[in-house]
Amino acid sequence: MSATTVFGLCAAAVMGLGLYGLITNPGPLRKILAFNLLGSGVFLLFGVVARRGAAAGFGGDPVPQALVITGIVVAFSATALAIALLLRLFRVNGSATLRANAPGSAGTEPTGG
Amino acid sequence: MTVAFAFEVGLAALLVAIAAWAIAVRNAFTAVVVFVVYGLLLAIVWVTLSAIDLALTEAAIGSGLTGALLLGAAARLRPTETPSTAECPSAILRLAAALLSATVAAALAAGVLFLPDPTPTLAPAAAANAAATGLGNPITNVLMAFRAMDTMLEKVVLLLALVGAWSIASDRLSGERSDPRRQADPDGVLAFFARLLPPVGIVVGIYILWVGADHPGGAFQAGTILAAMWLLVLMAGLTVAPPMSCRWLRLILVAGPVVFLVVGLGGLWMGAAFLAYPPAFAKPLILAIEVAMTLTIAVTLGLLAGAPEREW
Amino acid sequence: MPYLVPDLHAVTTTNGFLLALSLVVPVVGVLLAFFAGGRHVERIAFATMPLGFAIAAAILVALWRTHGSLVYLLGGWAPPLGVALRADGLSAVMMMTTAMVICAVGVFAYADFRTLGGEARAPLAFWILLLAIWGALNTVFLGGDLFTLYVALELLTFAAVPLVCLDGRAETLQAALRYLLFALFGSALFLVGVTLLYGAYGTLDIVLLSHRINAEPATLIAAALMTAGLLAKTALFPLHLWLPPAHAGAPAAASAVLSALVVKGSFFLVVRLWFDVMPGLPGFAATQLLAALGAAAIVFGSVVALRQERLKLLIAYSTLAQIGYLFLMFPLAFGSGSAQLENSGALTAGILQAVSHATAKAAMFMAAGLIYTALGHDRITGLAGVGRVLPMSVIAFALSGLALIGLPPSGVYLAKGLLLQAAIESEQWWWEVVIQAGAFFTSGYVLLVLAHALAPADAPITLRVPISRIREAAALTLALCSLLLGLVPWGTYLSVPAGTLSNPLALEAMLSALWPIMGGGVLAILLGRWGHRLARVPLREVVIAAIGPARRAALTFGKMFERADGALRQWPAAGLSLMVVAIMFGAAMLMGR
Repeated sequence: MSATTVFGLCAAAVMGLGLYGLITNPGPLRKILAFNLLGSGVFLLFGVVARRGAAAGFGGDPVPQALVITGIVVAFSATALAIALLLRLFRVNGSATLRANAPGSAGTEPTGG
Repeated sequence: MTVAFAFEVGLAALLVAIAAWAIAVRNAFTAVVVFVVYGLLLAIVWVTLSAIDLALTEAAIGSGLTGALLLGAAARLRPTETPSTAECPSAILRLAAALLSATVAAALAAGVLFLPDPTPTLAPAAAANAAATGLGNPITNVLMAFRAMDTMLEKVVLLLALVGAWSIASDRLSGERSDPRRQADPDGVLAFFARLLPPVGIVVGIYILWVGADHPGGAFQAGTILAAMWLLVLMAGLTVAPPMSCRWLRLILVAGPVVFLVVGLGGLWMGAAFLAYPPAFAKPLILAIEVAMTLTIAVTLGLLAGAPEREW
Repeated sequence: MPYLVPDLHAVTTTNGFLLALSLVVPVVGVLLAFFAGGRHVERIAFATMPLGFAIAAAILVALWRTHGSLVYLLGGWAPPLGVALRADGLSAVMMMTTAMVICAVGVFAYADFRTLGGEARAPLAFWILLLAIWGALNTVFLGGDLFTLYVALELLTFAAVPLVCLDGRAETLQAALRYLLFALFGSALFLVGVTLLYGAYGTLDIVLLSHRINAEPATLIAAALMTAGLLAKTALFPLHLWLPPAHAGAPAAASAVLSALVVKGSFFLVVRLWFDVMPGLPGFAATQLLAALGAAAIVFGSVVALRQERLKLLIAYSTLAQIGYLFLMFPLAFGSGSAQLENSGALTAGILQAVSHATAKAAMFMAAGLIYTALGHDRITGLAGVGRVLPMSVIAFALSGLALIGLPPSGVYLAKGLLLQAAIESEQWWWEVVIQAGAFFTSGYVLLVLAHALAPADAPITLRVPISRIREAAALTLALCSLLLGLVPWGTYLSVPAGTLSNPLALEAMLSALWPIMGGGVLAILLGRWGHRLARVPLREVVIAAIGPARRAALTFGKMFERADGALRQWPAAGLSLMVVAIMFGAAMLMGR
């Protein structure tokens, strides 16, 4: 078992933890946190793949590394948008929850336009 | 089992433990702090995996700016702590979630163990084509030349996240001008650091941008450092962020993608291809794009990370 | 090492630059609109729309002349190192649909999102997000690299989410947050699959992957995760928790775009994944599972739609049902137990359904928006008399409803014929039943709404706001398009097996559509909300005595579905469903190896 495999398994474990947190953690803020954890696990896996592709004098395959950089920025943008929504919801509603208001219906009156 | 390998196993185990802690802890604020620690540890892991650019990006954006954003949100959402614990799913649901997540994690672990050996890699292709741009950093080559489309799209993603976050804020000012949090003590430590650090930070940022052509670094890392310095100044109350209606602000926000598009369309116009660089001018063109990108990224990230704290 | 040889067939074809332009034009629009702000935003948007439409048309023409696909190498770099854009018949058709719907929505939305003096957030945001959705969709339809497609999907989500909560109410903010988080859940799963594929094959280019891919466990796990993630973004049952409140709560123009176009983006990627990246790899069990989820979506979505009180919610649940239709083609395209694409007519049917639904659903939401603006509410039981004051809108709703039911010569009619033919050829009779029965469910809720809208009003209705004829015309145009799609010569772009259908305008074709309408009427009577209409029914006591027991039984059934819907749409249940779907797909694919 090499170092990259160890980190690959670590990435799988972190992803599992992120999945569990995303499903069960109460409140949107904790879910956003769990999503970031899940994302970091995916990036770690990508990094392991990059390290295994070391060749031609580079320490790692540059393509996956570049993709991870893009991914980190996209994940941050997602977090920022989600936090903006969450804080606005808190300010408008006084509470921050994803729970639908009434069971069996999709919520209250929708607008038309 | 060498010392280095033992170190790596220990590091991996510590990472998983800290991640588990972040998920399991009850208090949201603590969870965010643990998450920042996790991010910094992850940056060390990136160094171990010979990905210095990634370590820089992870430390700066992944745990730095994200951490700042989440901390601000956690502080604001403290009043919702008690009611939200009533939202905890039942034990059965949690057990089911644990089982299913474990299954998926096991499948992924199997996928990792079955990765082919020797690994197919694009490193030789990247090395062989590096002469087209004359840059020494292969990651910058991939980001700016080979897969420039992804970078272009990503700039638009950043801008859209900003437009989205801005569109959610209300049209009317809610009159929260005198938030005590925002007026830092002018003789306090925060204001002191906000005067001391930014000049150093700006120099470091410009250096990382410049050196990113041939060594680890580049536009994203530089932009993040500049954004962090701006945030520091904003948080200390030494300056106020311009409103979105300011033309200069909007110009800087679109400068990155616009310059990218202009150069790309120039390539199309000259008969080569969209996003192709003429071999003689590749390096200066890429640097010009990177400078514009750094400015845009700095302002965008600063606005996105600092947004929850103020009206705009 | 063989992996390093670049694909010698990846060469930019003539007119390939059109592909790059189709991405650049909306992005330029977004940047210009953001910078200029104020009243220029609408002008820039209305300048971009005809340009984008022209480019989509030009791509159709170029494709017709090339007799193959259009390819464009971005930056001149060939895959696997670089990224290529590829346009085949499917891409071109979807791009044209997108252009049409966006232009119609733009005309419709002008009245709602006009900047009157100075600058307002909602109009600026709306037009920028609309153009961004267009650019993202074009990238999804043309992208030839899995990571580019991932970034395009994220762009699509970030552009769609703020549209949901443009009015700033708490319910829409909650719906938007739920949408964003679940969509991010899906994209994380998609990205994991992309990672595994790169680790196994060293490339993310679709064509190169299709050459190198084989049925290893890691590949199948990646395929299962990617499919599950994409299904979460497409809101296929049971992963639909976000769709009804999001599509119903958004402003009408936004709902039109969200239902018609945004969900088609991730659906298109499922098609690319299963037909182009790994053709035939998922195997028999997985295709049956996918179509089973689709069938469940049709039944579930239609029944819950019939129980709705509000028109926009009914249309949102009908989107849920129609999304199920899109997935019926998978087992029929691959045949029973074969690893190759057997029946390309089924693929054509799926795309036809996507196009029909896009135009019809956009028209429906537009009509509903006009009705809401005019009446001030959209309670279905309170729609009486609307047919008299807003005839064009009601006709638009009726025509799109009939198009979705499958009245010839609509696209759905053609698609149904192709699917039935494929089902007969591959001897999967159970899908024949589902396809025939599906139309019954669709016509149920369409007839319910029409019955209420065409009923005479109790008191004369006054419009709260005068409705512009242009907006009604936009809705009517799209509805007519969806009804006449069967007459378009699809053979140039999609493969249509020879001798497929008799003349769609023939009499027996018309008659064959009568059955679903009658069956749908029965469903509407049994399950729909009739309010005080029942007081007007002649021979009231007799009728009620006759159908009373049946209706009571149907209602218990319907309420069961509603409760199940409520339970499935709680976050933990939906998250668990996503995991279960992913694991089931993984198991199905590994079994079918």
